[in-house]
Amino acid sequence: MTRDSEHRLPRRTPLTWVRSGGLSTLLFLLPLLFVFGAFSWYPIVRTVVMSVQHTNLVQPATWVGLKNFKAVVHDPLFPIAVKNTAYFAGLALLFGYPIPLIGAVLMSEVRKRRGIYSALAYLPVVIPPVVAVLLWKTFYDASSTGVFNTILGWVHISPQPWLQSQGTAMPSLVLESTWANAGGTVIIYLAALTSVNTELYEAAAVDGAGILRKIWHITLPQLRGVLLVTMILQIIGTAQVFLEPYLFTSGGPANSTLTVLLLIYNYAFGNSLGGDYGKATALSLMLAVFLALFSWIYLRATRSWSTE
Amino acid sequence: MSSVDESPARIISQAEWSKPSVRYGVRSLQLLLLFGLVVFGLGPILWLAKSAITPTNDTITHPVALFPHGFAWSNLHEAWSNVDVARYFWNTIYIAFGSWLTQLVVATTGGYVLSVLRPKYARFIKGLLLATLFVPAIVLLVPLYVEIVRLPIVHHSLINSYWAVWLPAGASAFNVILVTRFFDNLPREIFEAARVDGAGPFMLFWKIVLPMSKPILGVVSVFAVLASWKDFLWPLLVLANPNIQPLSVRLPSIQSQTELGVFLAAMFIACLVPIFGFLVFQRSFLRGPGLGGAVKG
Repeated sequence: MTRDSEHRLPRRTPLTWVRSGGLSTLLFLLPLLFVFGAFSWYPIVRTVVMSVQHTNLVQPATWVGLKNFKAVVHDPLFPIAVKNTAYFAGLALLFGYPIPLIGAVLMSEVRKRRGIYSALAYLPVVIPPVVAVLLWKTFYDASSTGVFNTILGWVHISPQPWLQSQGTAMPSLVLESTWANAGGTVIIYLAALTSVNTELYEAAAVDGAGILRKIWHITLPQLRGVLLVTMILQIIGTAQVFLEPYLFTSGGPANSTLTVLLLIYNYAFGNSLGGDYGKATALSLMLAVFLALFSWIYLRATRSWSTE
Repeated sequence: MSSVDESPARIISQAEWSKPSVRYGVRSLQLLLLFGLVVFGLGPILWLAKSAITPTNDTITHPVALFPHGFAWSNLHEAWSNVDVARYFWNTIYIAFGSWLTQLVVATTGGYVLSVLRPKYARFIKGLLLATLFVPAIVLLVPLYVEIVRLPIVHHSLINSYWAVWLPAGASAFNVILVTRFFDNLPREIFEAARVDGAGPFMLFWKIVLPMSKPILGVVSVFAVLASWKDFLWPLLVLANPNIQPLSVRLPSIQSQTELGVFLAAMFIACLVPIFGFLVFQRSFLRGPGLGGAVKG
């Protein structure tokens, strides 16, 4: 329609570009280009460069090849951090994966004032994470007058060391993290549950299926796609856990809660004499590549199952 | 709460619901769930509210008792003025406001280009934006910090400047894509009509597209402010001067020199704005694209 003018004027000069709105388009794009260019795209490229450099911000950077990666892999703390992170992610899945699902299914069948349920479930998510961790740190007070130990005392269970023992520190962290994050998953499940076609339930009822069989044969299969996505998102999220080990235990006792992100932080910012940015970027790159590979394999492996 | 919530229940049919065994069985399970949500979900927050106005000694010796020796309203006042929570509170507001503004500017102008103006290179920009969604935040941390310490080209340090928090906050691909999608669903005929009437791209943006996009701008705003309020690691790194730090960064540092009751009062104050915002904008959280909160950061 209005493209006729372009046929008559095939030559594109800067002037025609400005007149056709090219300049104003670019003006509108400027904030995005500047912010993403400077604070997203550029640092992503810089990570790759810095991981093969030795930088301390004082002397000019020198190229060191794969030395940073080798140093990370040979760091005795590296396998500990990887093991702890996997342990955290595994426990978080164990605590935080089935409970929101069961809760959401029950909530979706509430007939009156369903909003109260979802609001209560979501409330911990809006609490600032620092407050949540420091509050739970008070609860975990290991003395016999600590909050949790007092409650345990009511049922005659002896005081637990919580954060102060290697065995119970990590589960304590996961417990708080589950409290703080489960609400988000509940809301996703609730949305997915309302999108299940009611005719499927009616058809199943005609075939004589009871409530549990309807959940098993219709609800869960219909939720398959969402369940798979929330699982991988949770794994990606928990693999980057930082705040809990940083504020609860600083990685202790005896490195039992040292996670990969805490190790990255310690490499870069833990030493007051100057950070080892090469090692930090090398490890963060390794984590990112691992997560990308893991997600790719996960999505390939579950593809037939999720779209069946 | 709202009428949307009262959609008919699904898995359990009316016939099944009319059986007393099903009705009472399911109801008692739901009551159990409600009890669990109140005790485990709300409980810790209620405990914080209670302890914020309980004398420190009572909280230490009888943490679960309900005001055995009366109240200590002074905790709140002491936290607000003597521990400087007031200053950190306003710092937090100031930081949240700037982060909100940059996020809104970047998301609306960017979304406008990608959805309405659509230059030939829009696809390329969109691809670059989507790519950043797949890069974990940790990859950015160290190079971004080094960049802030010594900006390239201008060789200036942004450490201890709020711009160091505000500008990177704008780089949220999630926001841009959310706004772009919303703009995509606006009726094109109105844009065409406005163009015929002689509206230029600026007029179209300011007078037509933005006023039509209030719902999505509300959602982006709510999540922008909450995310800024919750942020810890980044402001900790780039705002080294305690006087300009937000509450979440100050709380761990003031803990050791503060009496427990006063400290809990400070934490309670830090929760007020998010809780109040959540109660007011519940729909944005529970009905909107609340996926932001699901991805643990």
